Amino acid sequence: MAIKTLFVDPSRCIGCRSCEAACRECDSHKGESMVMVDFIDRGKSVATQPTVCMHCNDPVAPCAQVCPVMAILITPEGVVQMAEPSRCIGCRNCVYACPFGVPKFDAEARLMKKCNLCYDRTVQGLKPWCAQACPTGALWYGDYEEFVAQRNGHPVNRTLFGTQQVNTRVYHVLPPEEPMLDIVALLREAEAKEAGTAWQDQEAWVL
Amino acid sequence: MSVNKDIFEINRDFNYDFESTGRTRQQWDAKDAVAERLVPTHCAFCGVQCGMNLKVANGQVIGVEPRDYVHNRGNLCPKGIVAYQQVNHPDRLLYPMLRRGGKGGKLERCTWEEALGYITSRWKDIQSKYGKDAVAVYSGSSMTNEKCYLAGKFARVGLQTRHIDYNGRLCMSSAAGAYTKAFGMDRAPIPMPDIPLADCIMVLGANVTECFPIVTRWVWQGRDRGSKLIVLDPRETPTARTADVWLPVKPGTDVAVLNAMLRVIIHEGLVDEAYIAARTNNWEQVKTMVEPFTLERAQELSGVPAARIKAAALIYGRSATSLIMHARGIEHHSHGVNNVLAGINLALARGQMGKPGGGIMMLTGQGNGQGGREHGQKASQLPGYRHIDMPSERQEIAEVWGVPVDELPWEGAAATEMPNLMAKGEIKSCLILCSNLMVSLPDNALVKKALTALDPLIVIDFFMSETAELADLVLPGSVWCEDEGTTTNLEGRVIKINAAAEPPGEARRDWEILCDLARGMGRGQYFPFQSAREIWDELRRASRGGVADYYGITWEKIDRQQGVFWPCPSLDHPGTPRPFTEKFYHPDGKARFTPIDFIPPAEEPSPDFPFRLTSGRVIYHYLSGNQTRRLGFLNAHAPDPWVEIHPQAAARLNIKDQEIVRVRSPRGSMELKALVVPTIRPDTIFIPFHYGHAGAVNQLTNPAVDPTVKIPEYKVCAATVEKIDQPLPVSGGAPKINFTPQDSPKMFPYAVGETKGPQEKEGKQH
Repeated sequence: MAIKTLFVDPSRCIGCRSCEAACRECDSHKGESMVMVDFIDRGKSVATQPTVCMHCNDPVAPCAQVCPVMAILITPEGVVQMAEPSRCIGCRNCVYACPFGVPKFDAEARLMKKCNLCYDRTVQGLKPWCAQACPTGALWYGDYEEFVAQRNGHPVNRTLFGTQQVNTRVYHVLPPEEPMLDIVALLREAEAKEAGTAWQDQEAWVL
Repeated sequence: MSVNKDIFEINRDFNYDFESTGRTRQQWDAKDAVAERLVPTHCAFCGVQCGMNLKVANGQVIGVEPRDYVHNRGNLCPKGIVAYQQVNHPDRLLYPMLRRGGKGGKLERCTWEEALGYITSRWKDIQSKYGKDAVAVYSGSSMTNEKCYLAGKFARVGLQTRHIDYNGRLCMSSAAGAYTKAFGMDRAPIPMPDIPLADCIMVLGANVTECFPIVTRWVWQGRDRGSKLIVLDPRETPTARTADVWLPVKPGTDVAVLNAMLRVIIHEGLVDEAYIAARTNNWEQVKTMVEPFTLERAQELSGVPAARIKAAALIYGRSATSLIMHARGIEHHSHGVNNVLAGINLALARGQMGKPGGGIMMLTGQGNGQGGREHGQKASQLPGYRHIDMPSERQEIAEVWGVPVDELPWEGAAATEMPNLMAKGEIKSCLILCSNLMVSLPDNALVKKALTALDPLIVIDFFMSETAELADLVLPGSVWCEDEGTTTNLEGRVIKINAAAEPPGEARRDWEILCDLARGMGRGQYFPFQSAREIWDELRRASRGGVADYYGITWEKIDRQQGVFWPCPSLDHPGTPRPFTEKFYHPDGKARFTPIDFIPPAEEPSPDFPFRLTSGRVIYHYLSGNQTRRLGFLNAHAPDPWVEIHPQAAARLNIKDQEIVRVRSPRGSMELKALVVPTIRPDTIFIPFHYGHAGAVNQLTNPAVDPTVKIPEYKVCAATVEKIDQPLPVSGGAPKINFTPQDSPKMFPYAVGETKGPQEKEGKQH
């Protein structure tokens, strides 16, 4: 059976924070958003991007692996849940282990909180609130085949942090030439671009 | 990836803030409540009118759920998601308040009886001394068709005053004027789900992503199909960021770009001659008019590189199906009608109007911006888009209302003219509903003078707006989901708003208040309404036979077919989603080209005021912000206005990002935070307009208006940016003035009755 999951396409994100507003409406964590929208660099561009839990499946959930009390449970479908309140001891191991910076620590409740792919909605065949609300499809829910049939872009679920590779349930949508999301390579490329002079040769955009 | 820090701490990171920014404790307190039922309705904010379900428990609205409606498919923007939090908001006005001690006194709680008695006795007094027209009504479009219709009838029949106008004047009246002139009907050509059929989408002065986020859904579906995107905007908005061609135009010079594009299209032989011959008039004049608009001249006037204009023209001209979308960016000008007509010329020259997915469509901004401008709350208008100065149309409405036709007043002052009449004392009292003039009208120092001169000023609102603060009497009204009725969205789709709660405290539905006031004025026999549905049925009858014919639209039909498009002249008529497929609505069935010459904005930069100041929306706020500035999630993201300025300009002025600076125009100055970003033209600055008092950009804007429709020029005036420690100059300095009230007699201010130039007379022949 096709796996329904989220597809994150930063090129479409308009920074409207519908996903955040929608996430806050969930009855299980009303008023708190597990999705984050950030300007990449407002001093350069209006580009924004949403961050959701990527639900890592290989290695399976680093956050769960480092949890000393097995508070982070993984469903048979491979959805990594938020910490179970009766178990979480607030050690923040998961916060440090996550390569994507997703789990947040609620100091007052002494509890880790993160996206659980709207488990209550998705098990009933509904979309997660964020993807349901998203006006642009920057957050999109469905299976891989549906995505490829309906949309442009190249879904990738492998992220490379230096030499460490993580396969995730959630996809990023990248330009066609990118086989995976290689964070270090992208950072180097950006640095080189900034240091170089190519941008100075661009034609004037206003006269 | 996320720049958010990993610890949850109150006041540190609004993403994770719970309650402290919210001021919506009641909603969160109800977080454990389980919804008893879902009320299907539509959003209160913006002309898209997305479908939504409201969660209701114990008679309280406790949340929102997606609704799979045909034009939004369950999507919502952040405003839509938190709209429900207005309902039990602690800032709601719960009882009438009267300034018993007169001007300078305090607003004190009073009973409805006292409030209504006060109004009617004062109004009767004023009208007997100074004539019927001394009392005015200023209404708005962010309310149901039923209320908009009633506001018009209340003024003409209840008060018998000629002075009623509404905030749609400030919104898209120039687009309405242009569409009426070109097509004989003021309506969008296609429903939103048709947008992806376009091979080229050209967005003129519309920040679609922030102002109409759900329209982006359809634009992206087109992009997935391979549609090209062209954006004309002085700022690199999120819409422009991913466009194929972005035309960074100097505010106020759009016509130069559009005419040059048309010239390229003509010279490349991309004009649809057969369509022009069969379906349009006046083409030759336009062809002659655009000939001098060479790419070089356009580049010089507009600051857009010629190569970009040519690229845009070729993409637009070579696309089999192309759609132009436009909004306030080209409409808020002293030549707003001209800007829209220049866009219409392009669409007609390419033979697009009437094609599935093609043509030109305005993105109407207000919740009921479309419906609110059709049923007679406009100074010149009677229900069904009839004109109040046309004897036959007056007769028709007089019959529906059961009043002698001689009793119907004639055309009154436009919204932008009213402040002057108030300041001069011609208008002694005004009832304002659904509007916040102190934020929304240009040059608000004059507006304040005008409103304080009124005695009494009466405001119906559900939150204490900047305008209500000046009122002598404030009446508590209802929010959108406390009443039922219909609205018409930007597609021309009439949809149904359903009630999910009762108005809180002593607050009342606005139509009940108007009916009571009419009774107080001794005109109750014309206002026998017991429900919104009865008003709707009268509106249907009144619109029958008009251009905007709603007669066949019943509430049941709206539910049955997910909205009904007007015109819908009979009960068995399915509605008209694509009205221009076969004909236009001028007597000869043809569309009209209009030759448009370049006219500069009324005020341009000078050495004293070197920047062009433009204003606009941000996604988190709606109109004057009176609603959205109270909703925690939205306000947390944009609590104060800012000024966007390009790094080059900022470096020249030694201004740092986030520094508080002073922005000054010939009319005033304000201090606000600088946002130094490369996403704006270096000669242009931008300030969002949703804020009141010291944060209102309308302290600076130019009250010049379009000669035909009187829309103000919000989108360009001359201004300067300074460090705050810099002393103010001794003399105010001068901008380059292209038009003044003296050398352009049609500009603001003008005498009432001077509103019927040849252009308007032509506009009436729809």
